[in-house]
Amino acid sequence: MSCLRQAGAGITKQFYVLRMSSSVHIINSSSLSPDELEHVSRSVEAIIGARVHRSHLRVELERAFDSSRGQYNSSVLLAQLLSLKQSLPGKIIALVDVDLYVPVLTFVYGEAQLEGAAAIVSTHRLHNSFYGVDENRPLLIERVEKEIVHELGHTFGLFHCHQFECVMRSSTYVEEIDFKKATMCKECEGVLYRKVRGS
Amino acid sequence: MNDTISLLVVDDEQIVRDSLTKWFREDGYVVGAAENAAEALRLLQEQRWQIILLDIKMPGMDGMELQQRIREIDSHAIIIFITAHASVDTAVQALKCGAFDYITKPIDPDHLSHLVTNAIKQHALAMENLKLKEQVVEFSKPDEIIGEASQMKKVFEMIKTVAGTDTTVMIRGESGTGKELIARAIHANSQRRYFPIVTINCGAMPEGVLESELFGHERGAFTGAQYRRKGKLELADGGTLFLDEVGNIDMKTQMDLLRVIESKQFARVGGNEIIKVDFRIICATNKDLELAVQRGTFREDFYYRLNVFSISIPPLRERKGDIPPLVNYFLSKHRRTMGKNITSVSPEAMDMLVRYDWPGNVRELENAIERAMVVGKSCTLVPGDLPFQLSESNHEPLSGSLSDVERKHIAYVLDQQNWNITRSAEVLQIDRVTLYNKIHKYGLRRG
Repeated sequence: MSCLRQAGAGITKQFYVLRMSSSVHIINSSSLSPDELEHVSRSVEAIIGARVHRSHLRVELERAFDSSRGQYNSSVLLAQLLSLKQSLPGKIIALVDVDLYVPVLTFVYGEAQLEGAAAIVSTHRLHNSFYGVDENRPLLIERVEKEIVHELGHTFGLFHCHQFECVMRSSTYVEEIDFKKATMCKECEGVLYRKVRGS
Repeated sequence: MNDTISLLVVDDEQIVRDSLTKWFREDGYVVGAAENAAEALRLLQEQRWQIILLDIKMPGMDGMELQQRIREIDSHAIIIFITAHASVDTAVQALKCGAFDYITKPIDPDHLSHLVTNAIKQHALAMENLKLKEQVVEFSKPDEIIGEASQMKKVFEMIKTVAGTDTTVMIRGESGTGKELIARAIHANSQRRYFPIVTINCGAMPEGVLESELFGHERGAFTGAQYRRKGKLELADGGTLFLDEVGNIDMKTQMDLLRVIESKQFARVGGNEIIKVDFRIICATNKDLELAVQRGTFREDFYYRLNVFSISIPPLRERKGDIPPLVNYFLSKHRRTMGKNITSVSPEAMDMLVRYDWPGNVRELENAIERAMVVGKSCTLVPGDLPFQLSESNHEPLSGSLSDVERKHIAYVLDQQNWNITRSAEVLQIDRVTLYNKIHKYGLRRG
């Protein structure tokens, strides 16, 4: 029951059960410890309402490296994740430490296949140390949770939201991530319900 | 919120198109992508795109040239250029051509997000502005000027010629010919149409009052001036000042006005503050100003300052062909306001209206139709509905014997009343039996 309350936004038991029938696989290629990953998995499970499994597969980062930019092409990594669809049914989300980019943009916190199977999140710009501030581990975990929920939301077909506190609001700098909550607003929750029911 | 925003990405690099399409789809926009100018133009023909992200360097038609083509199709689309190498020259050229902004690849997500948000706001404002302007045009539309006679066609040509300029216009014409309507038409077709047209009837005010009305006054300028008040000259700033019956302005005010027209500045009555104004003057008169100048009652310099472009409106009696369309226009105008279903004028009544001389011109005609519609009982106006003074004018000169005059008069009244015996007897102030006897005696028959 505590999970249900945490998920918030008037979620019904029926919906919760419905969503728990879908699953999410997290591939951890980041420096998050097993305990931290366990904490993140449980939080995401509570918010999204899908079972979260930790996968032991790894992402081959080297294939996505662009030496001229010193960054990793997130679209290449996303394509790599999609090739794992057969072995990991449901949604796949990778967590990496490297700095991600898509060719036309300077950087991205993460990327997802809209209404698709795969997503990726980078912790690189979620660390306080990236901005020259003292590291804050609990804050990092909170940011990771929000970004994973955000990108998974896209895989369920959700667009960016204009509610300031909704996790689906677009964030282009880290303060915006801190400002929003890890949960969805009622409207996004409703859209997610319809998407899951329809799938 | 964003589901109505459509955005087109035009770039020859597929990776750029894919990345931007994905980025904006996540925001809920309707996103289209084109790899070259030809495809972009095809997509522009298919639907409207509010925001267009345009790569400057593309094989074939480049972004700059494509922008010009886009402007021909949709002048309101917001264009943002994407360039790989930011150069001041390119940026300046893009902005000069009307682009909203430009961004350099790779694009900072935060910059892109703000840029598009601002573009949407700008687009919404531009659309709102356009809508409001259309409403202003609709509200400020003058009544229709009806005229098919060649003299009126000449007047319309003159309105068209002078409206776009800032020239002072003098409108000459008899009372009731529609001088104010012409002034409003000139204003409505001028560059000043989004500013007010301020009318002042110079003939209706005594000397001191006219001065205060024109120039405004400061508090305590004269007994009763309890507040500071803006004058018509100040209110007309940016727009048009219409001086009606300008021939009635006294010599002192003529001089003051001349000074304002020359210097475009003045002070309120009882004040020292110099107020700068910018307005166009249109004036109207039914007086012989040339004669007034000769007699010394109208300043010559003021006359020449006003009489730059003169439009003379012919009296209605000189363009009788315009009477039927005018009658029909007033009929439909007052039908709406009165809610009466009077749709036509009988041929006899129209004949009377055309034959009348209309000393009060179009205004008198409108009043006559309005009054006739008040008294009219059927869906067609008949001679009896028209005001009495019309019938008098149409009366043939009386001649011959007394019985001849009586016969003609009874026949006339019967026609007027559409052979309604009771009403005709009332008009003639005789009883119905007597009227029947007279009809029989003179052998009158309904025509």
